[in-house]
Amino acid sequence: MTVLSVENLQTHFFTRAGVIKAVDGVDFKLDRGEVMGLVGESGSGKSVTGFSILGLVDQPGRVAGGSIRFHGEDLVGKSEEQLRKLRGGKIAMIFQDPMMTLNPVLRIDTQMIEAIKAHENVSKREAWERARDGLGAVGIPSPEERLRAYPHQLSGGMRQRVAIAIAFLNNPDLIVADEPTTALDVTIQAQIIHVAQKMCHERGAAMIWITHDLAVVAGLANRISVMYAGRVVEQGDTDDVIDNPRHPYTVGLLGSVPSANRRGEPLMQIPGMTPNMLNLPTGCAFQARCSRASDACKQAPVPSGEGHLVRCFHPYERVSA
Amino acid sequence: MTVFIIRRLMQAMIVVFLMSLIVFFGVNVIGNPVDMLINPEADQAEIERTIRALGLDKPIAEQYLFFLKGIAQGDFGKSFIFGEPALKLILQHLPATIELALVSLLMAVVLGIPLGLYAGLFPEQGISRTIMASSILGFSLPTFWVGLMLIMGFSVYLGWLPSTGRGETAVFLGIESSLWTWNGLSHLLLPALNLALTNIGLVIRLSRAGVREAMHQEYIKFARAKGLPTHRIIGVHLMKNIMIPIVTVLGLEFGNLLAFSVVTETIFAWPGMGKLLIDSLLQLDRPVVVAYLMIIVLLFVAINLLVDIVYSILDPRVRLRDQGA
Amino acid sequence: MTDQSLNPEDNTAAQAVLVETPFQRFVSEYADNKIAVVSLVVLVAIVVLAILAPWITPQNPYDLAQVSIMDAAQPPGTEAFDGYTMWLGSDGAGRDLYSAILYGIRISLMVGLASGLIALIIGTAIGLVAAYAGGRVDTLIMRAVDLQLSFPAALIALMLVAALGRGIDKIIIALVVAQWAYYARTVRATALVESAKEYVEAARCLGLSHGRVIFKHVLPNCLAPLIVIGTVQTASAIALESTLSFLGVGLRQTEPSLGVLISSGREYIISGRYWISIFPGIALLLTIVSINLVGDQLRDVLNPRLKK
Repeated sequence: MTVLSVENLQTHFFTRAGVIKAVDGVDFKLDRGEVMGLVGESGSGKSVTGFSILGLVDQPGRVAGGSIRFHGEDLVGKSEEQLRKLRGGKIAMIFQDPMMTLNPVLRIDTQMIEAIKAHENVSKREAWERARDGLGAVGIPSPEERLRAYPHQLSGGMRQRVAIAIAFLNNPDLIVADEPTTALDVTIQAQIIHVAQKMCHERGAAMIWITHDLAVVAGLANRISVMYAGRVVEQGDTDDVIDNPRHPYTVGLLGSVPSANRRGEPLMQIPGMTPNMLNLPTGCAFQARCSRASDACKQAPVPSGEGHLVRCFHPYERVSA
Repeated sequence: MTVFIIRRLMQAMIVVFLMSLIVFFGVNVIGNPVDMLINPEADQAEIERTIRALGLDKPIAEQYLFFLKGIAQGDFGKSFIFGEPALKLILQHLPATIELALVSLLMAVVLGIPLGLYAGLFPEQGISRTIMASSILGFSLPTFWVGLMLIMGFSVYLGWLPSTGRGETAVFLGIESSLWTWNGLSHLLLPALNLALTNIGLVIRLSRAGVREAMHQEYIKFARAKGLPTHRIIGVHLMKNIMIPIVTVLGLEFGNLLAFSVVTETIFAWPGMGKLLIDSLLQLDRPVVVAYLMIIVLLFVAINLLVDIVYSILDPRVRLRDQGA
Repeated sequence: MTDQSLNPEDNTAAQAVLVETPFQRFVSEYADNKIAVVSLVVLVAIVVLAILAPWITPQNPYDLAQVSIMDAAQPPGTEAFDGYTMWLGSDGAGRDLYSAILYGIRISLMVGLASGLIALIIGTAIGLVAAYAGGRVDTLIMRAVDLQLSFPAALIALMLVAALGRGIDKIIIALVVAQWAYYARTVRATALVESAKEYVEAARCLGLSHGRVIFKHVLPNCLAPLIVIGTVQTASAIALESTLSFLGVGLRQTEPSLGVLISSGREYIISGRYWISIFPGIALLLTIVSINLVGDQLRDVLNPRLKK
C-alpha cells in the first residue's frame, strides 16, 4: 500500500539573485513500513525535499510544481490548517541537531504534552502518561524524571531519543528524518539508528532517512534515492544500488566511503565542487565533474531502467550477479 | 539558587562601596566640600562649627569613614533650602517618581510587545515598516521636546488634560497613588506617556529582533513540524524566548526611567525626586544632590540584582551554569 | 554569506556569485530602503545648511547689534525691524528663528561630533588594550565598563555637569565620559573575535608586529560596528546635550544650541506662541532621526549575521 507518492516535485527559491531550483523534478514512492534513504551532498536538495512534504519550506521558497500524495491526497495546495493537522500527526519529522530542535526554555513534558494536545482532545493527565510511555519506548531510563528536565540537562543522544519519541507520539504513518545522526558521536549514532528502525518496525511507519552518508542508509533503508543538484540521479533497492551503482556520481560517492574490503587502496574522490545552484549548466548538472561526460551530456538526461532508475547517458553497466 | 543570590548580593555590595568612593571623592577632590556641603550664606562661626561637625578638619581616609558612617545611618546632611534631612526629602519624593516610572513601564509593555510581534512576524508589510519607523521616532525624539508638544497639544489647544502637578491621590490597598482617582489619573497620563515613549520604541525593537531571530531557530521549525497551532508557537515557544531579553532590558530600563524622570518631572512639574534634583542643582542645595546620587546608586544596584534573579528564573540555562560554577 | 566576506582575502566565493565590488553591493543594499535614502539626503542637507549658516541667514543671532528687542516673540512671517521677513518668527530675545536655528544646529552638531569622536578614540584605544592585554588588565577595564554601563548615560552626564558646571567644553567632557564605555565594549568584543580568527594567527606566525596586526587586520574589522555605534552615539550625544541645556544645566544662553532655544520658548507655549519651541524642536528632531535612521540601515547592511 502506497503511503506517499511524490511526482515531479519542484521546490524553488525566489531570491533577489535569481530562482534557485533546489528541488527540480523529484519522483519517488514509499510503501507502508518502507524505509527510503535520500542521499546527497549538502545543497543537493534532499532536506528541501523533506521540508516540502511537511509544507515547511521557508520564504522565499515554495513548491512550484508537481504533487505530493499522502494516502492518495495531494498535499500541494492544502491550506495551512489542513497541513498543520497532518504535521506531527500522521506525518512527523526528526531534525538534524537535537541541541537546537528542543526549545531551551521549556521542559520536556511541556514540549511532549503540547504535541499530543495539538492533535487530540485528551486530558493533560492522559497526555502526560502517553509522553512517559513514549520516552520509555525509545529506551530512556526513568522517564518520569526526564519529563521534568530541561533540554540542556540531557545529553545529545538522549535529546535525539526525546525527539524520536515526540515524532512517534501520535502514531504517524510517515516519518521524515533529516540527518538525525549527523551531529552525534558514532557510537550514539548506531543507537539512534537502531531506535528509529525499531520504532518504525513496531508501528509500521514509513520513513524517509535523509543523509549525506551512504554507509548509514546501507544497513537501514530498503531503497535508496541519490540526489544531485535538485534531481534524483539514481534510485533502486538498497542492495542493488550499493552493489551495482550505475550513475557516475553514485560510483564516486561509494568510492569515497572508506571500507574494510578495500583496505590499503587509495580512496576515490569526486573532483571539483558542488555546482552553483544559481547557475547550473544546461543538461546534466554533474557533467563538469564526470569522467564519462560527452557532448551528449549537454542535453538533460531522463531516468531510464526498470526498478533501478538512473538519470545518465553513460551509466555503468550492471555487473551480473 | 541561594548560592547564586548570595554571590550577586556580594557583587552588589562591592558596587555600592565603589560608588560611595566615587561620590565621596567627586565631592572632596573635584569640588570643595565646604562649598558643596555648607550653606553658602552661613557666617564664619557657623562654617567653623559645621566643618568640625562634618569632620572636614580630619585626614581624608577618616573623613571617608565618617561619610560611610553617615550613609549607614541615613545621614546625608540637611537641605539648605528646606532645612530638613536630605534623605527624608528624597524619600518623600520617591513614591511619586516610582509611580510614574511603573505606569510608563506598563505602557511600554502593553503597547510595545504586540506592535513588535506584529512587525517581526510580518516584516515585509507596510504596517510593519511604519511601526519600525515610528519606533525609531520613539527613541530619537528628545523626551523634553515631546513633553512640550504633549502639553501644547493636549493641555493648551485641546484642553483635555492638565499639564502640571500630580493631582489628587487616594489610599487603596494601603498604597497611596494617583491611580485611584480620576483627577490623579488625568494628571498621570501625559507624563507617563512622555516617559514611556523611549521604552515603547525599545520594546518594539527588542520584540521584533527577538521574533526575527527566534523564527530562524530550529526549535520553532520543530514546533511547527509537531503541528502546533500558530497561537501556541507564538504565545509559548516564541514569547518565552523573547521575554528573556525584554524582561532583562526593561528591568534595567526601570533605572533609566528613574533617571529620565528628571526631564519629564521638570516639564510636567511632577513632584518626584527628579524634579527635586534639578531644583536642588539650580539652587545649589548640595546635600540633597549627594543624597540623591547615593540613593539612585542603591536603587540601581537593587534593580540589577532583582533583574539577575528574575532572569535566572526565566532562563533555566543560566541557573544551571551558576550551580555548576 | 558569513562575516568572512568582509575580509578582502576571503571573498572570492562571494565574487563568483555576484560580480559587484563590496562597495557597490554596500551602496545597492543601502539604497534598498527608501526611508534610509531620504534620511541620508536630509542629513546631508542639514549639515550643509549648518556649515553655510553665516552666508544664508539674514542675521547673525550672536551679534547683539543685529538683534532688536522690538522683534521679540513675533509670529512667523512678521517683517523684522531691519526689513527682512522672519519666516519662522522670532524668539523672546528678538532673534530671527530661522537664523538662530541654523546657528543652533552648528553648535549641536559640533558638540555631538566632537564628543562622539573623542569618545570613539578613547573607547577604541581602551577596548584594544583590554582585548590585547587580556588577564587582569582586561578584567579590570571590563569591570569598569560594566559598572559604568549599568548606569544610564544621561544620569552620568547630569552628575558630571553638576560637578563641572556649564559651558561647551564641560558638556563635551561630560558626554565623552558618559559614552566612551560603549565604544570600548564593542571594540574589545570585536577585537577578541577577530584576533581568534585564523588569519590573525597566521599574520602573527608570519612574525608581524602587534601594531601591524592591530592596525592592518583587527581594526579594519572593528570598523563596521564602530560606524554603527558612532552614528547612534552621536545622535544620542546631540539629544543629551539638548536635554541638559533644556534643563538649564547644559550650555549657556550665549551658546544657543537647539536645546537652549527650545528651553527659551517654553514659557511662551502656555500663551500659544508655539513657534519658539516648535521650530528648533523640529530641526533637532530631523537631525537626530535622520542620523538614527542612517545608522539603522548601516547596521542592517554592515551586520553580516543578518545577511542571507
